[in-house]
Amino acid sequence: MDILITGLLLGGTYALIAMGLNLQYGMSRIMNLANGEILVAGGFAAFWFWTAGALSPLLTIFILAPVAFGLNWLIYIIVLRPLVRRAKSRGQLEVDSILTTFGLSFVAVGLMLATFGGDYFSYSYMLTPVEIWGQTYAVNRILAFIAAVVICGVLYLWLNRSRAGMSIRAIAVSPDSSRLVGIDVPRLAALAFALGGAITAVGGALVSTFLTLDASTGVIFTLKALVIVIMGGVGDVRGTIVAALLLGVLETFVARVIDPGLTLAAAYLLFILILLFRPQGLFGRRQS
Amino acid sequence: MGESSTVLSLRGATKRFGGLVAVNELDFDVTEHEVLGLIGPNGSGKSTTLNLISGSLRVSEGEILLRDQLISDLPAQKIARKGVARTFQLVRMLPSMSVMENVMAGAVFGHRRRWGREAERQVMKMLELVGLERRAAARPSELTYIDTKRVELARVLVGDPKVLLLDEWLAGLNPTELEEGIALIKRLREEGRTIVLVEHVMDAIRSLCDRCVVMSSGRKIAEGPTAQVLSDPEVIRAYLGEDDA
Amino acid sequence: MKSQEYKSFGTALVLLVIAILLPWFVGDFAVTLAVNMAMFTVLATSWALFSGPTHYISLATAAFFGLGTYTTGLGLDHLPYWFLIPLAGVLGALIAGVIGLATLRLSGVYFVIFTLGLAEMTRQIITFVQNATGQKGILISIWFEEATFYWMLVALAALIFLVGWLIGRSRLGFALRIIGDDEEVARHSGINTALSKVLLFMIPGAVAAMTGAIMAPRYGYIEPLIAFTPMLSFQVVIMALLGGTGRLWGPLVGVIPFSILWEFLSASFPNQTTLLLGLSFLVIVYLLPQGFVGLLLKIKARFGGGRGY
Repeated sequence: MDILITGLLLGGTYALIAMGLNLQYGMSRIMNLANGEILVAGGFAAFWFWTAGALSPLLTIFILAPVAFGLNWLIYIIVLRPLVRRAKSRGQLEVDSILTTFGLSFVAVGLMLATFGGDYFSYSYMLTPVEIWGQTYAVNRILAFIAAVVICGVLYLWLNRSRAGMSIRAIAVSPDSSRLVGIDVPRLAALAFALGGAITAVGGALVSTFLTLDASTGVIFTLKALVIVIMGGVGDVRGTIVAALLLGVLETFVARVIDPGLTLAAAYLLFILILLFRPQGLFGRRQS
Repeated sequence: MGESSTVLSLRGATKRFGGLVAVNELDFDVTEHEVLGLIGPNGSGKSTTLNLISGSLRVSEGEILLRDQLISDLPAQKIARKGVARTFQLVRMLPSMSVMENVMAGAVFGHRRRWGREAERQVMKMLELVGLERRAAARPSELTYIDTKRVELARVLVGDPKVLLLDEWLAGLNPTELEEGIALIKRLREEGRTIVLVEHVMDAIRSLCDRCVVMSSGRKIAEGPTAQVLSDPEVIRAYLGEDDA
Repeated sequence: MKSQEYKSFGTALVLLVIAILLPWFVGDFAVTLAVNMAMFTVLATSWALFSGPTHYISLATAAFFGLGTYTTGLGLDHLPYWFLIPLAGVLGALIAGVIGLATLRLSGVYFVIFTLGLAEMTRQIITFVQNATGQKGILISIWFEEATFYWMLVALAALIFLVGWLIGRSRLGFALRIIGDDEEVARHSGINTALSKVLLFMIPGAVAAMTGAIMAPRYGYIEPLIAFTPMLSFQVVIMALLGGTGRLWGPLVGVIPFSILWEFLSASFPNQTTLLLGLSFLVIVYLLPQGFVGLLLKIKARFGGGRGY
């Protein structure tokens, strides 16, 4: 039971992280392998604001979100849009964006190493325990979970109710048809990418309250986010949430019952099984 | 010429996409050496039928047989090797290779697998047939649209297929090219090739096809000699509102 | 085409002889550098044999390399070194076959992600096993001179070039070029695309494993962190793409400058090697999409005739 709740708490935060990638891959069609680095950068920012200015991470995210949004917007416009324009096929765009975002992720890691050094960083925030159903949990995890739920909820509503949100979902399904009904695909793709980046950075700030990060841990988060997005079905919001919760529970289970060093292997095994038996994910559409 | 045998048979072939029935219990035979027209208004399921025969799509129900051998449960590459060759609605060229190599693709892996000098000889024969023997070294990007269609035709012919599926091969051609195209297919017919022709160009159907199968909304609504079928009132009704090409 | 072929063969032989004689003419540091270059040439060229025609980016090199390293590490007590190398190759080929069957029918993106996690996951599992059994690392008891490693790798490289050349003239090579251009056409022409891709993927798998098996004694002490360096996969990809996958000798052209640059950087600015990797990726995508080979061919086309069939 304890495993379940801890797992769900973790999964909720994972959902936020994966949501960022989902927006970028599902809607903008860019497989952003630098996603994990954006997360770590967000965590760094939260760490810095907390240790230097005693600003709560929950407030930092209000500064972080617009900054990350702007930064990702710039990245899309300057670095990625030329690739979209020159790609002759979707497969070509995917290869190009993989290589480019790899490049960006390494550049980001290199810059972070140069700026912050290679040390781990973590900080104590809201480490006070709280009792639920006879088990103790850390408040920071609960707060992170609540924040994640709120943000995911807002995002879900926006994607399904607002005009801009629905336009973004339209370009995920069919960019060509969207263009025909007057949707400004390039602008919205940039918007989706920037939004995804902002959400990932916020997720990073939240995660940093209870996990230890360092400049090189980005890739592990990228992998986990990828597993979640693919498992839930690319472009599907509910699928991502469900998959993230599942992964959170699975990881917690493996860490407690088997060995904490095998969490990534477990996630990966899950990934392999999905690829073999249901590559479109739990909720995705089968691609022709 | 002795008794002509059945090359291709469809028995109750059905294809469903979720709730949509694109092809509904289709039955017809294709006899050796004949040119069968598969016609019908847009959306009647003609291209889907070709896709079912070539293996691009799997039948939901029913069977497709190539000379009494079941092919509807085989993957596309196996069907191709058994002698079913097809062209595509939008011509597909191999952009990084020369015309010669494009046609070689059909010679090396198709129904009759050849290699080396023998393959090259066959390729040149086919290029002569379609009139491109002098452009063997050209790249697809240097060719006109009808020339790329010729290359594609050569590619599907070089493997000596048992049946040829032409998916709106005459689409998108200007009047001169259309004449040349029809003449080319006529030559194939004179050689005794078995062809299933999906077309909208009625002149072509009239001059090339011995028999026609007419589809509408996934079902076969008429079958028989071309002239008879084209004057069938139900066929005309199905085409009502359609412009004659 | 015959005279052209003889010319290429001649050039290759001359280069091979030069390569073999190299250790006698240069100092120790150069030989060490040469060992690294030879290793990367082997890895990058075999990588390009698969990823070039199919456009699937494989990051599995580190995983297979580690497999080979551990084959030697674990097997040295029971089997001779010379037997372990081809054994590693066979194991690599088999596992590559299994992975290929499972993942090559999916899109390129999923394949990349899959191979990305492969080395990480393998490392985690081995660490876990080591912690569980109490065994920390493996000590390798045999030792060779640098030059010996160099010659072994040169021999392997020559073999790969031969295999690559043979494939290029074979049906399989032609099939793969067609698949790379248009998989739908390939299928409808009668090519078993899945099988072709899997067969080809076994080559870099086997070769990387053999390379790892060869290099094991050079490390002396085998540990997951040493055997499965993720950087390796990225370095191989960059060198192959930098040189260009359009020609058999393309990756070699990428290996030489990049290894030198890498050596220089790790000596002077060790923390910036990651930055170098990143910038290289960006350079490849924006400036050299076909690698140096592509650049050279473009120059040749502008000044000479294009290549005929």
